[in-house]
Amino acid sequence: MSYLPYALAGWLFVVGLYGVVTSRNLIHLVVCVSVIQSATYVLLLAIGYVKGGTAPIFNGIALGTKAVDPVVQALTLTDVVVSVTSMALLLAIAVEVHKRTGTLDPDELREQHG
Amino acid sequence: MTRRLRTGLFLAGGAGLSALFAWGFAGLPAFGDYHGVYGRLLNRDALGQTHAMSAIAAVTFDYRGFDTMGEDFILFASVLGVALLLRQVRERDVDAGQAVETSDPVRAVGAIAVPAFFLLGLFVIAHGYLTPGGGFQGGVVVAIAIVLLSIAVDYGSYAALVRKPLADLVDGLGAGAYVAVGVGGLLAGSAFLESFVSRGKIGELTSSGTIALLSWASGLEVAGATLLLASEFLEELLARRQR
Amino acid sequence: MIPLQAVSLALVAAGGLGVVLARDVVRQAFVNGFYGLSLVVLFLVFQAPDVALSAITVGGAAAPLVIAISIARVNRRERGR
Repeated sequence: MSYLPYALAGWLFVVGLYGVVTSRNLIHLVVCVSVIQSATYVLLLAIGYVKGGTAPIFNGIALGTKAVDPVVQALTLTDVVVSVTSMALLLAIAVEVHKRTGTLDPDELREQHG
Repeated sequence: MTRRLRTGLFLAGGAGLSALFAWGFAGLPAFGDYHGVYGRLLNRDALGQTHAMSAIAAVTFDYRGFDTMGEDFILFASVLGVALLLRQVRERDVDAGQAVETSDPVRAVGAIAVPAFFLLGLFVIAHGYLTPGGGFQGGVVVAIAIVLLSIAVDYGSYAALVRKPLADLVDGLGAGAYVAVGVGGLLAGSAFLESFVSRGKIGELTSSGTIALLSWASGLEVAGATLLLASEFLEELLARRQR
Repeated sequence: MIPLQAVSLALVAAGGLGVVLARDVVRQAFVNGFYGLSLVVLFLVFQAPDVALSAITVGGAAAPLVIAISIARVNRRERGR
């Protein structure tokens, strides 16, 4: 029971990877990649959690109260914002591919190049 | 490689990957059972050393400020890639008049929402080290508030406000400001990104030294980058066939 | 682990599976919005308000924007052919 968040991270990773492998649409593929990225966020936050801890913002809270780890939160929050930009780059590539070849299906794309 | 073969290969590989995950995660401490020393030290000392109430902002912009600079540049490079990709192969002119006419209730809500969200975004950036927030979150909110203009009113007014060179300038200015604040630390005789502004009193807006400056620089950069992204995508959508 | 955390973990797991299994991209955009919201709840329950704030701005506004515009761009091309 206490390893459930880690299992969730592994589950999201494998499920997202399944989506990438069996995708029929490049846009669907890009959203599945973002699911894989969210697996890492869950894992990072689960590692930093302290049982009975509060958020590490000491605004009115006395110093010394148990708080969760701030380092993993700092890593994750910048990552979340940057990931949407990389997702936009992948989507731009998908739109360009559709412009050039007329299809968004990865299987058809393979056949076009012989 | 056929589809069925690929799926079968994935199921085999996926089972192996899951087993590897299970073995790896079993070695971690149980959920809630935190062994790390770094986090505990930071929670104890961040307020005293940096005068920032939010330990997360202290970590993002002070203790690990160098990593945040790297993240800013990842953002910059991704948006650069999108701009290069979508601008070079745009073979037709943008027709701003093709946008949909919005109804009066939408315009009314937009007239209230856009300035409110813009102010909210600035508030979130400004109070990044006193409450949850900071440059990254507030920058996205500010950019989305301006993009809301294109939905609430029409694309033409948004395009007139956010001209491409302006968004480029804001993005680059933010990234450059972050590095400039870091160099300021060098010029003041200490390390790169070390604080050279006085730390001030805890809890005030003018506290925590360079964390405030770096938060604003990041907010500027994230806002500029998101605006640029939205402009590129919207223009890509509204371009009309020339032939 | 408190029950709230268990429930949000289950919601995130179901949401992730739903995002992958939604083959139609428009439907997937909706499910992605719900998945983003469940992630925000999970981050809050893990005592991470900063991360929840980023996730809600990104998953509620920026990600649907780029996904929806890409879908519209592709559909417009399909229709105009």
